[in-house]
Amino acid sequence: MELHEFQAKSLLSRYAIASPKGQVALTPDEAELAARDCGSRALFVKAQVQAGDRAQAGGVIRAASAAETRLAAAQLLGRKLVTAQTGRRGHTIKRVLVETGVAAVREFYVAMRIDALAGGLELLAGTGGTGIEARAAALPSAIESVPFGLAGERHPGDTMKLCERIGLAGDTADKFRAVVDSIHRAFVDNDASLIEINPLALTGDGEFVALDAKLVLDDNALFRHPDLAALRDDDVVDEIELEAQRHQINFVQMDGDIGVVVNGAGLGLATLDMLRAAGGSPANFMDIRTTAKSLDIAHGIGLVLDKPHIKVLLVNVFGGGMQPCDTIIEGLGIAFRRKGRVLPVVLRVTGNNEQLARLRLANFNFPKIECSDMWQAVERAVAIARGRT
Amino acid sequence: MAILVDQTTRLLCQGMTGWAGTYHTNRMIQYGTNVVAGVTPGKGGRSHLDVPVFDRLAEAMAATGANASAVFVPPDRCGSAIIEAIEAEMPLVVVVTERIPVLDMVRVREALAGSRTRLVGPNSQGVLTPGVCQIGVMATDRARPGSIGVMSRSASLTSEIVSQLTAAGLGQSTTVGIGGDAVHGIGFVECLDMFFADPRTDAVVLIGEIGGNEEEEAARYLKAVGTKKPVVALIAGRHAPPQRRMGHAGTLTAQAGADADGKLEQLRRAGVVIAPSAHLVGVTMREVVAKRAA
Repeated sequence: MELHEFQAKSLLSRYAIASPKGQVALTPDEAELAARDCGSRALFVKAQVQAGDRAQAGGVIRAASAAETRLAAAQLLGRKLVTAQTGRRGHTIKRVLVETGVAAVREFYVAMRIDALAGGLELLAGTGGTGIEARAAALPSAIESVPFGLAGERHPGDTMKLCERIGLAGDTADKFRAVVDSIHRAFVDNDASLIEINPLALTGDGEFVALDAKLVLDDNALFRHPDLAALRDDDVVDEIELEAQRHQINFVQMDGDIGVVVNGAGLGLATLDMLRAAGGSPANFMDIRTTAKSLDIAHGIGLVLDKPHIKVLLVNVFGGGMQPCDTIIEGLGIAFRRKGRVLPVVLRVTGNNEQLARLRLANFNFPKIECSDMWQAVERAVAIARGRT
Repeated sequence: MAILVDQTTRLLCQGMTGWAGTYHTNRMIQYGTNVVAGVTPGKGGRSHLDVPVFDRLAEAMAATGANASAVFVPPDRCGSAIIEAIEAEMPLVVVVTERIPVLDMVRVREALAGSRTRLVGPNSQGVLTPGVCQIGVMATDRARPGSIGVMSRSASLTSEIVSQLTAAGLGQSTTVGIGGDAVHGIGFVECLDMFFADPRTDAVVLIGEIGGNEEEEAARYLKAVGTKKPVVALIAGRHAPPQRRMGHAGTLTAQAGADADGKLEQLRRAGVVIAPSAHLVGVTMREVVAKRAA
């Protein structure tokens, strides 16, 4: 779960990481008031959407007065912002952050994330700020990495050496290390999976200020942080994907005409690959988690059946110990009964309890095409979608 | 022989008395696995599925000589349960539980450093030596004893590939699920190392997917030591929409260098035979084995 910029900055401020004076606003009126509070002639009005490249997409507007701030807010609020990271549909701007401009002498990139291979944390840092993704892609050494554990640096002194390499010394280096220490504490305390400050500005007074912040929390640890879980902004997630999540199903919307029902992430990915290879176009990715019960599965399949443009449903199931075939077929039957939709269903169902699943299947009256191997099933589904039955 | 588990495995189940623990322990006993103890704090002294239950893992190990543990403890307490096993020097720990907080796994990895424990998982379907020993929750009816080692990140896709191998007349020495989570225990490299050393294994199937670095690490390892036995690989997710998280926690396509084509290219350059499609892994392995015999 990702936080909005204003939420991330507020959380980081509890760890003594400074950000520019500012306030979040839901209306142009509020934005104007916020600008007056800032009491500055250099203001930024920033769209609060969870995607990078906002500035390039026109989501950040400079303003020199409260009146201009009001106009900028009116221009942004309610608009759809499409950035390189939002996908074509974009995100609706519901809030803006009004902030005082901060003059930076230098800018830095600082982040902490999980290093999966090392089984620890990793501090990433580099000079420069905006545009770091492109520079790092061109020159990987533009970003330095320092290994961290739960208690702090894996090798004491690493961050100090990093400071030397990026040209920080004395008091400024101490302050930079304090920022790093705060990020680390915020990361561990809140079960983050990513904290990124980009840019981190060094001001003329020798202070560090977070001009932008991104914070992603570990969904699997939200049970420990009910206060943070409550910050979730359901608007930013696809409604249907969120609904599927609530029913133990990983779901990703796609725009094809073949509805897909699969258990397991790997088999789900493999099914999409085979559909594409056979010239088909999937309407969704589905991974029924092993924890899903038949009613959850019915709900998830219902979400696929709700898509008006699908022409066929492809069911590719390998029942395991946690989730036998009959549980999934039961869910399929419930979904069809509830939705009352008539749609051809191509099934490849094998593994644990497949005989029981077949008995259940005989009771359902939607048009069924059973296949014994998954490639055959994929080809049949593609043929039906193309009107070649 | 086989790897990780065999006739000498004496299994203990952490969280055996819960719903999932009971169901799967029973399945493992039916399969022929020698289950010698269960551990559930507060339920020590009882017997469950005719197996003695202990409060503490160290106690259970001392009393029964258990040398492997299957972990079915719920995610909020699972990290502590794994660390209890590591501290008791349990040789093999297989974790089925999914959705463990990632920082709990970082804590586990810190406990694991320099320990005597080999960790498989979490979010793993387990380890299976067909006809001999099952630790985990995988489908078992299509698995047959044989000489192909299988290692994967995904349960249902593994069942599919095992089924294809058996249909192609190729049994399996051991199947290992390294788990779908980003931070986990042993990876493909350790599995390859063990399969190469195992006289019962003639060839290895690597079932990978987008996200993470496991496949890249395997390629680097194979380049360094050489493909001592033939390796066939499948990477799922070539056509996954970019920038989206799909399924497994480790499957973040936005991660640099983690796309399917990059992984395939590196594996190919390391001498791995790439299966052209998910439904062709069995026949690809049959061709590879036949060519080698000729």
